[in-house]
Amino acid sequence: MLDIYKIRKDFPILSRMINEKPLIYLDNAATTHKPKQVIDALVDFYENHNSNVHRGVHTLSMEATDMYELAREKVSNFINSETTQSIIWTRNASESLNIVAYSWGQHNINNGDEILLSPMEHHSNLIPWQELARKKGATVRFIPMTDDGTLDICDLESLINKRTKLVSIVHVSNAIGTVNQVKIICDKAHSMGALFLLDGAQSVPHMPIDVRDLDCDFFVFSGHKMMGPTGIGVLYVKMDILNQMEPMLTGGEMVLEVTYEKATWADLPMRFEAGTPNIADAIGLGAAIDYLTNIGMENIHNYEKSIIEYGLDKFKELGNDVQLFGPKDPALRGAVFSFHSPDVHPHDMGTILDGMGIAVRTGHHCAMPLVRGLGVSATARASCYVYNTIDEIDSLIVGLKETVRYFKDGAKSDI
Amino acid sequence: MTNDFQDLYQDIVMDHNRRPRNYGELQDFTKSSEGFNPLCGDQLTLYVKLKNGILENISFTGVGCAISKSSASMMTEHIKGKSVAEAIVVFGAFRDMLTDNVRSDFPTDILEDLEIFSGVSQFPTRIKCATLCWHTLNSALSEQNIVITTDDNNR
Repeated sequence: MLDIYKIRKDFPILSRMINEKPLIYLDNAATTHKPKQVIDALVDFYENHNSNVHRGVHTLSMEATDMYELAREKVSNFINSETTQSIIWTRNASESLNIVAYSWGQHNINNGDEILLSPMEHHSNLIPWQELARKKGATVRFIPMTDDGTLDICDLESLINKRTKLVSIVHVSNAIGTVNQVKIICDKAHSMGALFLLDGAQSVPHMPIDVRDLDCDFFVFSGHKMMGPTGIGVLYVKMDILNQMEPMLTGGEMVLEVTYEKATWADLPMRFEAGTPNIADAIGLGAAIDYLTNIGMENIHNYEKSIIEYGLDKFKELGNDVQLFGPKDPALRGAVFSFHSPDVHPHDMGTILDGMGIAVRTGHHCAMPLVRGLGVSATARASCYVYNTIDEIDSLIVGLKETVRYFKDGAKSDI
Repeated sequence: MTNDFQDLYQDIVMDHNRRPRNYGELQDFTKSSEGFNPLCGDQLTLYVKLKNGILENISFTGVGCAISKSSASMMTEHIKGKSVAEAIVVFGAFRDMLTDNVRSDFPTDILEDLEIFSGVSQFPTRIKCATLCWHTLNSALSEQNIVITTDDNNR
């Protein structure tokens, strides 16, 4: 059993008061908090090792380079990549996706080709493909979704065909929490000669990931959703594909030899990392991976499963006052509770919960077509992480009950 | 709930949220205008019947939070029968009340019961909710037929 209260002590911000109430942070799908260990790693770098990487022969530069490349190795091991050369630092998952669309897509998607997505993609895994398809005369298609928010893969045979060049799917939906069964989709894509991209922004922080077992060709995620700093993300690409890709950005750091006429590219992965990189935050992400590994990803996954089961049960107490979206089966969802009340607009819900110290996200969660498809203009979303407790779920449910009562009965109740 | 939150969701706000006044499309409107708050997905359509510079009738439809709905409802009640010039003065006073943090002496004779929205100024993310209907009105009354989004009108 994990000692959640011991884990919580590592997160300074969790002892904050919000509107005179203890903070209950349930916006982890947007970003997670950072343990002292990550904050200390950033301070340690700037105080003791700050220097540019891959350049100088002086001690600080060598230290910075070693720390920076060690962080890359940690990422590589964390997702079981075959080699660190497959690990490219980016700003975030969005940038990783844009690099694939540009560096691979521009050269491999042609007129008449198809790109297959799911209807629950974050805008970051939708718009780059819309843009690419528009420029190339390709088509973006979507796997249908069932009423409980899972992908309907009955018709995969016709959805993935000879024209399909890429299947790009979110692993866990940030908006409704669905954990997609990606293995079967990936196998089907490969059998038709298409490549498979997995958006792991909401899965890597919460479950063990093995890119070799998943057999995905591309895998993307952000550091800040897994206790790391903002501004650092990862793009993983299988080596044989990466070798064929052209860099999106050119300039310093990514070259082997430069003349006034032309340049040759550096080895992988530096070829894709033009300019001085985000050294400190890469090292910070390395510290976050150490922290997560120390707790154990399997332990985190199991603990969150218990939160999901508990939460699903508690939401039933709200009856028809609150509609919960996403799969009813706890095995098919992450610790994300996206909901709507017919009596309370999500923004009023968000403001009133904030008054109780409870931070939830309200809106379309960067998945506008999906939320519209649910028949609402916005939802409120409570998303958990390993430092959230059963007590906090109880507080959320109490808060929801009180808010709904206030909006239904007005002056008769007080919150 | 702390005082700030009680200020935001006063009984009168809740009442207008539950039973919005002047809700529905006007049959004989002379001008209409649409407003969006892209952040929350709020949408509002205003219908105005203008005659000789007087807002003879006004109504609205749309989806939104309690703040935006009650603000639209109370706005329609407040300005019905007023002249365009008077309505624009109220708009200015209302906007200043929510965005001018220095002043506390609101022109209560102009704002009357709209003053209950003064608490919204304590919630910067919600100011757009309260002002959406006013910006939409301003657009309906001006000669430009543009769709209003709160992204262009942060105030």
